[in-house]
Amino acid sequence: MSAYLFYPGCSLSGSAKAYAGSLAAILDPLGIELREIEDWNCCGASEYLTLSPLGGHALVARNLALAQRQGDGTRTLVAPCSLCYVNLAKTDRYARDDPGLGARLNDALGAGGLTYEPGSIAVRHLLEILVDDVGLEAIAAHVRRPLRGLRVVPYLGCLVTRPDLDRRWTHHERPRVFDSLLAALGAEVVDFPLRTACCGGHMTQISPDTGFTLIRRLVDAASRLGADLMATVCPMCQMNIDAYQAEMNRHFGSHYHMPILFFTQLIGLAFGSPPEALGIGTEIVSARAALGRIGIEVPAPAEPEAAAAPARRAKKPAGLPMPSLGDEDDR
Amino acid sequence: MTGPRVGVYVCHCGTNIAGVVDVAAVRDWALERLGPHGVVVARDYPFMCSSLGQELIEKDIAELGLDRVVVAACSPHMHERTFRGACGRAGLNPYLCELVSIREQVSWVHTDRDAATRKAEAVVAGGVLRVREQVPLEPLRVPIAPATLVIGGGIAGISAALELADAGYPVHLVERQPSIGGHMAQFDKTFPTLDCAACILTPRMVDAGMHPNITLHTWSEVVDVSGHVGAFSVRILHRPRYVDTDLCTGCGICEEKCPAKVVDPVFESGIGYRKGIYRPFPQAVPKYPVLDPEHCIYFERGTCRACEKLCPTGAIDFEQQPEEVTVEVGNIVLATGFEPFDARRVEAYGYGRYPNVFTSLEFERMSNAAGPTGGRIVLRDGQTEPRSVAIVHCVGSRDRNFNPYCSAICCMQSLKVAHLVREHTEATVYELYIDMRTPGKGFDEFYQRVQDEGTHLIRGRVAEITDVLRLPDEAGEDGRLIVQVEDTLAGRQRRIPVDMVVLSVGLEPPSDAREMARRLGITCSSDGWVIERHPKLDPVATMTDGVFAAGCALGPRDIPSSVANGAAAAARILGRISQGELALEPIRASVDEARCSGCRICNDLCPFGAISFERGRGTEVDPALCQGCGVCIAACPAGAISGTGFSDAQILAQIEGLLFPGTIHPEAGLDAVVAGSATTPEPEAVPA
Amino acid sequence: MTATLPTAGRTSPTEAAVPFEPVIIGFTCNWCSYRAADLAGTARIKYPPNVRLIRLMCSGRLDPAFVLKAFAAGADAVVMTGCWPEDCHYRVQNVKALRRFELLRRVLTDLGIEPARFQRVYASAAEGQQLADAFTRIVADVRALGPLDWRVDLADPAAAADEPVDGHEPAGTPEAPAPPEPAAVTA
Repeated sequence: MSAYLFYPGCSLSGSAKAYAGSLAAILDPLGIELREIEDWNCCGASEYLTLSPLGGHALVARNLALAQRQGDGTRTLVAPCSLCYVNLAKTDRYARDDPGLGARLNDALGAGGLTYEPGSIAVRHLLEILVDDVGLEAIAAHVRRPLRGLRVVPYLGCLVTRPDLDRRWTHHERPRVFDSLLAALGAEVVDFPLRTACCGGHMTQISPDTGFTLIRRLVDAASRLGADLMATVCPMCQMNIDAYQAEMNRHFGSHYHMPILFFTQLIGLAFGSPPEALGIGTEIVSARAALGRIGIEVPAPAEPEAAAAPARRAKKPAGLPMPSLGDEDDR
Repeated sequence: MTGPRVGVYVCHCGTNIAGVVDVAAVRDWALERLGPHGVVVARDYPFMCSSLGQELIEKDIAELGLDRVVVAACSPHMHERTFRGACGRAGLNPYLCELVSIREQVSWVHTDRDAATRKAEAVVAGGVLRVREQVPLEPLRVPIAPATLVIGGGIAGISAALELADAGYPVHLVERQPSIGGHMAQFDKTFPTLDCAACILTPRMVDAGMHPNITLHTWSEVVDVSGHVGAFSVRILHRPRYVDTDLCTGCGICEEKCPAKVVDPVFESGIGYRKGIYRPFPQAVPKYPVLDPEHCIYFERGTCRACEKLCPTGAIDFEQQPEEVTVEVGNIVLATGFEPFDARRVEAYGYGRYPNVFTSLEFERMSNAAGPTGGRIVLRDGQTEPRSVAIVHCVGSRDRNFNPYCSAICCMQSLKVAHLVREHTEATVYELYIDMRTPGKGFDEFYQRVQDEGTHLIRGRVAEITDVLRLPDEAGEDGRLIVQVEDTLAGRQRRIPVDMVVLSVGLEPPSDAREMARRLGITCSSDGWVIERHPKLDPVATMTDGVFAAGCALGPRDIPSSVANGAAAAARILGRISQGELALEPIRASVDEARCSGCRICNDLCPFGAISFERGRGTEVDPALCQGCGVCIAACPAGAISGTGFSDAQILAQIEGLLFPGTIHPEAGLDAVVAGSATTPEPEAVPA
Repeated sequence: MTATLPTAGRTSPTEAAVPFEPVIIGFTCNWCSYRAADLAGTARIKYPPNVRLIRLMCSGRLDPAFVLKAFAAGADAVVMTGCWPEDCHYRVQNVKALRRFELLRRVLTDLGIEPARFQRVYASAAEGQQLADAFTRIVADVRALGPLDWRVDLADPAAAADEPVDGHEPAGTPEAPAPPEPAAVTA
């Protein structure tokens, strides 16, 4: 069993309950133990750091200080939400690079009886843990019900590979690692050009026009490529594409039906867990039809089903030879 | 006085020195305080480097019997040679003269006159104490072999080789590809004159191929270089062509009949094909084809052998082995050119994913009438003419993520591409640029011309090439490539739908540039380009005597510059050859056998291989290979290695001089220093 | 805060406390940092006069004995300057110098010499401004530390520091006063 400190983030107890549930369901087979930080607080999301860098970093640093204190043998802190991950990683990195900031953060933390030594906690994304620590082979070995025939879009979102503070990624705009993970589950992975494109973030509140345009772009691309559903690692992306899809459709007069699930839900399905145990069926844009096509029964909800799957795109024969991209097995 | 007799000369350099340093005070101080150290005369003069200034020195040497000279003036990099020359003329060994800088390192950088004067005094003291430890030295003379090695058969290498050969000296021209010509042979037209590249290159190639003084080693590699300037020994590996060049007539039947067809990633930049046995292009020099065993049916499966059957002279030899030859040369010119930046690294531009994104080199091949499309500009389907083309500047250049430098030629090349597109097609052309760099002769006029031809110039760095629509039914975008760019002059984002994108890729050093540099004993910058001896005043020599560089091996440059580099390197070499021998600075290490214990710590420290060890004899330094860095001297625990020109004695003396009493704590005066303080103990005796 | 020289033992009438100005020996390499210093001069960039430079062919030539000699002869600090890694004219000798530097600094610290008194600066031939800035910073650092006051007359320790005897042995000998082992290990 590998133990990690765990920072769930606010959405895992709210809009991303399914993420939390499905993650819990796959920990045992993967040999992972997650120890939630006691009394963790909000990471500040997007807004706080832009309004008050010191305040924002101090807020985040409290979690790092709690993690350091809780430590007991492990110093790796795992965050499933991309923004929580970036805020935690950034704060630690900036405090490491700028001792002045580190000192001021500790001043603030000191008021609460806490202290943090920059660099003592290693912050990593949940995806990294699964791919690097557990490994694709180990994941594949636990697959009982391969997701054969399911065309999945590997939608990483903008924050996992950027900013790459510790230089962990070779490809920042088109990373392969999520593709590889989904392929290890037996799924047919769509070559998605917008793997790391923005989902709109909070633009749905600030500038709905922009927000819906960005959501639509993703959903449209996925549909054109004949995807059955999208997989993601980030609660924000999931919420925008799932919860706001209907409103986006209204805005554009379109009729997209593109379900989006958390990747842990797909891993759970592949491992043989029943859909209900993974929170499948709670999503707003139902994945029922998509999963039904590969023989996975999701308990029926009340909502009516939407449009059929779009046609697949045919390939054109080449005239002049194309350069190859190589078969780099990289990130 | 039995010790050395030192003359000190303090230069005013007009007001450059005298305006800040009290030169008269320094002069008097030197005579008074350094008199006990051997200074018998001290003078000051407005311009020591003038003939009158130098005569002062010469006169004093003759009349006062000076045997050491210290000049306090500008940097040794300016006039060390001048003053050493003056001493030499007066019969004093030039290496008994020391020039210390009180200009660049004192008067020009300090404002406090008192402090500057005191520092100048210390600097002079350092010079005097040091020069006392100097001994007469003679430069090392090495004979220069008349043959030259030119590595790289592109335009720079060919230019250098022809200059040397025309002057009557033998040249070995080594080229990695089957033919000489380099990248220039791939181009269609050259800017700004739009000369056909092959038309101007092939005559030089033929000259080089036919020249009695040039030995071509194509399809070959330089494997090892040893020796030193004047006497390099070079091992060259001839890769097997599987063609006997004594029998081959260059008729080309083998190539014609070969059934194996494969993409040519080198000459055709990956958009054309070649055969298993091939010449890279029809005007190849030498004319002998090369068989590629990885794509030969015989080598793969043991069948075919069509070339062998059809060759009229029986020149095909499947059993041919690689061959190594060793040549002796006096000088080396490195002209290994560049490699294009791999556009796949810029993921946002979609090269390798989107069929209709091309690189500039692919475009050159397409535009070339002898290329895979017969000169037609077409999309990847090989048939459709584009209606619109976007040309993207600075791909991989001026970019912190890839290469920070500017690749110098791409703006002109991009404009040339725009012109060629308009020449071949009716397409609308967009140039997406950051800055337009068109400095050469006729360059800006060419830029104007391309603008007048109706090319759309958009100042902005392309963010993305995509085919994903942002909004439904975006007019004209569906099915096309979209260039997402901020038009900085118009102040807004633009999405430009085009059929074809040409990426102006930057230049990079060859992938084995560092290895080659190591083999030759030269260095590359952090970008990988060869470092020249001086970026302004000595642009084709390297820091290693006898090794020169020309062309893009030194950094991105255009054809005229590469030709000039090649000729310049040749001229330097011809100068050396005509002198017959070279005088090397006698800054060398040498081992005192009596003190060497054979610990061999120094052996691995020399990157030039100058240190060798033999049982029974100990360690030895080859003075011709030694470059005088001194690392071995500092490392030797027994002090068995000493260095001429920068010996331990000299440097320790200089340190003492720089800390000469009276110059250390200025306002305190002499007495405070002499008496010390009550709190510090008396200095302990330390064994010398 | 400026440190002052001890006034005890002074016979000069000027008894007022004198602000301490450190004297710093800087070793430069002929190809990069010496040229950078020249460039600072050509560009008329100003820096404090406390630094006195010695030209070596390469920073790899820097023998620990030189550093110790400098301290013993009255320097308050020593700076080793040279080419950036990968740019050494002699290829990798500046890396060897770096190894020596690190170990020597540790030895000096054990001897009671503060780390700030032995520093290294990389400067390419184009970095005159950067070199001047580094010198300015180091002078300020050392001024704050105060004088080292470690002067030892190696030729004749009993005599006063400035009385040279004609024909005396050269001030430095090939065998350095420093323990040879650290030099050998760092080589």
